[in-house]
Amino acid sequence: MFKNYDPREGKMLSLLNADGILKPNGGPVLSDEGLLEAYRGMLRARVCDDMAVSYQRQGRMLTYPPLKGQEANQIGMIMAINKNDWLVPGYREMGAWLQKGVPLYYIFLAWYGNELGNSAGKEYRILPIAVPIASQTLHAVGIGYAMKYKKEDAVVVACTGDGGTSQGDFSEAMNFAGVWKVPVIFYIQNNQYAISCPRSKQTAVNTLAERAFGFGFEGVQIDGNDIQAVYQAVKLAADKARNGGGPTLIEGYTYRLAAHTTSDDPTRYRKNEEVAAWEQKDPLLRLKKYLLNKKMITAEETQQWSEVVRKEVDEAFRKVEASPDPTLEDIFKYHYKEMPAELRRQLEQHKAYLERKAQQ
Amino acid sequence: MKALTLLQAVNDALRLEMARDKNIIVYGEDVGVEGGVFRATENLQKLYGEDRCFDSPLAESGIVGTAIGMALAGLKPVVEIQFDGFVYPGFNQIVSHVARIRNRSRGAWTLPMVIRFPYGGGIRALEHHSESMEAYYAHTPGLKVVIPSSPYDAKGLLISAIRDSDPVIFCEPKRMYRSVKQEIPEDAYTIPIGKASVVRQGDAITVVSYGAQLKEVMEAAAQLAQDGINIEVIDLRTIYPFDRHTIIESVKKTCRFLVVHEGPLNFGVGAEMMAVVTEDAFLSLEAPPTRLGGFNLTIPLARGEHHYMISTDKIIVTIKELLSF
Repeated sequence: MFKNYDPREGKMLSLLNADGILKPNGGPVLSDEGLLEAYRGMLRARVCDDMAVSYQRQGRMLTYPPLKGQEANQIGMIMAINKNDWLVPGYREMGAWLQKGVPLYYIFLAWYGNELGNSAGKEYRILPIAVPIASQTLHAVGIGYAMKYKKEDAVVVACTGDGGTSQGDFSEAMNFAGVWKVPVIFYIQNNQYAISCPRSKQTAVNTLAERAFGFGFEGVQIDGNDIQAVYQAVKLAADKARNGGGPTLIEGYTYRLAAHTTSDDPTRYRKNEEVAAWEQKDPLLRLKKYLLNKKMITAEETQQWSEVVRKEVDEAFRKVEASPDPTLEDIFKYHYKEMPAELRRQLEQHKAYLERKAQQ
Repeated sequence: MKALTLLQAVNDALRLEMARDKNIIVYGEDVGVEGGVFRATENLQKLYGEDRCFDSPLAESGIVGTAIGMALAGLKPVVEIQFDGFVYPGFNQIVSHVARIRNRSRGAWTLPMVIRFPYGGGIRALEHHSESMEAYYAHTPGLKVVIPSSPYDAKGLLISAIRDSDPVIFCEPKRMYRSVKQEIPEDAYTIPIGKASVVRQGDAITVVSYGAQLKEVMEAAAQLAQDGINIEVIDLRTIYPFDRHTIIESVKKTCRFLVVHEGPLNFGVGAEMMAVVTEDAFLSLEAPPTRLGGFNLTIPLARGEHHYMISTDKIIVTIKELLSF
């Protein structure tokens, strides 16, 4: 199937267009029930994301990197893989975390500045947030090796962005994956900007997807705002990986409708008209159009669902705000399985100081 | 018992541990078919197969980064970086992830893995092949740093490193790889990480050293003994977590302290040892605690290397000066 969408020939996989019209190509797609589930997942991600930004604006949340506009990539990639498959995220993948089942409380807790939030991913096979750009793609390849070695029926989805493809670690990960032929899917969310730097300044190739061919495996560029294209590409890549076909690179061509993080001002580097044009291609909007046309949802229902999620988010965030901060012991306890004597000494000395201070 | 070089002892430890645990995966540059440029992994591919001992692409960040993934997914990678000066492309993976993932996830994810590499000068090598930068790793919270000084220690410490629940940086003194043979047990045994060893008892002064540098320290001890001066020598064995207790007990007995290491002096391991002695044995000291280290220079190439390396004579002179302080 990927052969029909060779990025070197300027072809992009696209199934559900911005008007909500689906043009199937014979490949796997989500059923209408699946699309309904996808819509609810995308809506949930959108509301969680919007509210995280608003909490930050209210001074209740720390720096947060919004994913607005990228929901189809994240919900689609998780719907196309199995429960025991792995997700190796960067830091802008809250939608994928949610869709894989991690409780919102833990996701928010991590962005609230508490490492405990990162403890929750393990049972869902999601690695902790990785900030150093694209460094996590190598971890995905190592996991892929382990799955192959242990003969486990599990694939790995590694996330990075357009900026991440410039990192040496990305090239090393692609190269190792090709040589080892591991069950890894590299999913690039090409949201057009690495903070302020446009895609054109990252690489001289026409598409990020075609870089895969230089590492000896397939790459495909897809409309990342099209849930069906995302689902199909990841499903096919995962099936290929499960059958020993090795890695695939998927470039989800998408757009970050919001700022890089809550500390960023995107008006410094992109025009409002550009953003407005991408808002017309909003992944939620086009899926909503499709579902409305099919009479599978009503406008009132989507409004109700939003309200339900808002309530969920409000409760989760209140729980986060009410949760205790890490204790002094907590920050010492987890660097080693057993606390080295030197660390214990530093802890005890600091506690003794605190006691002396309290007595003054 | 059998007589092995330090290099053979490393190989022996890997061979025995791989037989014990099929989750141990050994890889790196030239590690598979060739058995490593020094032959530390010789025969392991033949014994355990290409999926357990193999050549990786030539990329150190890739080696460390993929090992992280393997460890997170339940394997026990023991990777080789070919030389001390080649670790740096993988440094970001070491300090940003290897050292941190346990804490980042509040203990949910752990990284049992070993990164081995030959370190240190004195073999007349090319640039980037003679470095002693253990302080980088010891300074990074979340890592353990182990340096053996003998075949016996190399085997026991490497087995302990492999069985440890935390990531271990294992620096092998390359100029001692083949220089000495020692009778060591044939079976697997462990030496605890974090415990120093009093390798020579004495009363004149406490001298702390480790790795290849211990050779000159022991030669100095033997020569001084002929003059009736008995020095106590402590082999640190583990740079972090280090064994404060053993050092302090010794200094309280000898009342004098010298630390000797090949790596650059400023902000080096010796600086930490001096601080420890000053903190906990200040009132016992009869001479200033003193350090001998490499100069804060790029280690010279072969023709100038002798200026840099710390000689037995320099150690003897320094000790005599401290004894007459």
